[in-house]
Amino acid sequence: MSFENIFRQYQWDDVKQRIYAKTALDVEAALRNKHRSLDDFMALISPAAIPYLEQMAAISQQLTQQRFGKTIQLYVPLYLSNECQNICTYCGFSYDNPIRRKTLSGTEILEEILAIRRMGYEHVLLVTGEANQTVGMDYFKKVFPLIRQHFAQISMEVQPMETEDYAALIPLGLHTVLVYQETYHEEDYRKHHPKGKKSKFSYRLETPDRLGAAGIHKIGLGVLIGLEDWRTDSFFTALHLDYLQRTYWQTKYSISFPRLRPFSGGLTPKVEMKDRELVQLICAYRLFNEDIDLSLSTRESEKFRDHLVQLGITTMSAGSKTNPGGYAVDAQSLEQFEISDERAPDEIAAMIRRQGYEPVWKDWSVFQGS
Amino acid sequence: MEPLIIAGRTFDSRLFTGTGKFGSGVQMEKALLASGSQLVTVALKRIDTANALQDDMLGHLRYPHIHLLPNTSGVRNAKEAVYAAQLAREALETNWIKLEIHPDPKYLLPDPVETLEATAALVRLGFVVLPYIHADPVICKRLEEVGAAAVMPLGSPIGSNKGLRTIDFLEIIIAQSNVPVIVDAGIGAPSHAAQAMELGAAAVLVNTAIAVSRNPVKMADAFRMAVIAGREAYEAGLGSVNHSGHANASSPLLSFLDE
Repeated sequence: MSFENIFRQYQWDDVKQRIYAKTALDVEAALRNKHRSLDDFMALISPAAIPYLEQMAAISQQLTQQRFGKTIQLYVPLYLSNECQNICTYCGFSYDNPIRRKTLSGTEILEEILAIRRMGYEHVLLVTGEANQTVGMDYFKKVFPLIRQHFAQISMEVQPMETEDYAALIPLGLHTVLVYQETYHEEDYRKHHPKGKKSKFSYRLETPDRLGAAGIHKIGLGVLIGLEDWRTDSFFTALHLDYLQRTYWQTKYSISFPRLRPFSGGLTPKVEMKDRELVQLICAYRLFNEDIDLSLSTRESEKFRDHLVQLGITTMSAGSKTNPGGYAVDAQSLEQFEISDERAPDEIAAMIRRQGYEPVWKDWSVFQGS
Repeated sequence: MEPLIIAGRTFDSRLFTGTGKFGSGVQMEKALLASGSQLVTVALKRIDTANALQDDMLGHLRYPHIHLLPNTSGVRNAKEAVYAAQLAREALETNWIKLEIHPDPKYLLPDPVETLEATAALVRLGFVVLPYIHADPVICKRLEEVGAAAVMPLGSPIGSNKGLRTIDFLEIIIAQSNVPVIVDAGIGAPSHAAQAMELGAAAVLVNTAIAVSRNPVKMADAFRMAVIAGREAYEAGLGSVNHSGHANASSPLLSFLDE
């Protein structure tokens, strides 16, 4: 049994039709329910819920404060490499994008680490493209011990790997793996990933199952918003989440909402998501799931991020560089995507405090198993 | 009402019953027929396992729609439970077993450690295991992982008729379970049974409340209707109660979107 069995029971067009057929009555019923089902989630992300957004925001705020308190966790990405064998139509690291490729050496990683530590970070997200020859398990096994000495918590957003690979990295300090499906629309997925290992839809779809089987602490899900109808894609994300929580019940989960950002030579979004709709989606996730981490990156604007602090978000990045070496080694190299909120971490922390919230830099320790 | 499927067997009735505490075999038979129950648990210790065909109690339960669910009541640890289950399989020709391990003779509370161990062992031996357990969401997930066909958390102490005192934990168990959740023990009134079904329980097991009623047949019928009512309400979708108590925020949270 894996998620693919469940996924195959749903048809994209049918789900889409069901979401867009939701009415104000469905939304009101979903708002009243104590436990909200996947069907309720459909109503909450539907166009019919737009007039109820203020109410959804109030509930989302209350549920988030009850579960997480007035806190926002901070993390920063550390790009280790931009080498990539995949072609992804929306990504600056795509194999066919003629940029200078770089993978950080041990010495360079240390330089980056020290720069990041000076900003105050304890939680780091390691990012790479997919280049299994140079940035595969051998590389990770080498760099993890180095990185672990400097951080309380290590997350990773790299190519999907095998269960035994994840199981081998957990004792080295791996806490969280983010693996976004990009889109659950299979045909469109193939269109956007024409070459490389990433072109295998099912292998990516089953990655959270492999992570769960390996006993990972936290799994991050999401879709790249802009590739397909975000409502339908978000339903499938929620379906995936629901399955994973029941199956790998000792694991925590997080959701991210990356909206497609421009990069050099890149794709224009097929579907544009308005700010109002992103607020709707974030609140809908919170109403559907009180315990899930909701993460908002520097892709979003200053103003938008400032206001979202109180509406359901629990995790933020700040001062991010999306190029390998961006913090110290080689600040000028080409980034994966342009960030929008360029404020430094201490400015973000001050902004969070001004709203009566506590910025949390450290929420994990070595004694907790990884 | 959707049928319930456990380990490939379909049940049209979501009311499971027991055979203890009735005034007579005849009364038990009438009550169980009135309940419409298709799964009836029998304490192995009460049966003449050597001559099951001649057993007096079993004689009252020979109906095509009634499946017997032998239980291990009386055992104190996993080892005794496995032995009892094997005896039951031989005597009653069923590989279904309701696992009950209660080392304390007074409150008959399940031993979670032994129950987990016995469930794993019995699954390996090919049994369909339905363990009676505390309303503990973690132990229920652990039982599911080792292959339990359903979990049977208790609503309140067995025989107490107190209803769903563990309701907060039952809700969590139901929300996260991948196997049917059958509320067992403590259901003292049809309203309790209906409440469990409204929460989304797959079934309830009721014994004492029927058996010790002044009119077990009438009470069995009342439970039959309550279980159907609760289940139908669950399937229809409750939701007219404003649990959250939220009104609109006093100052709008989203005015920035219009700026």
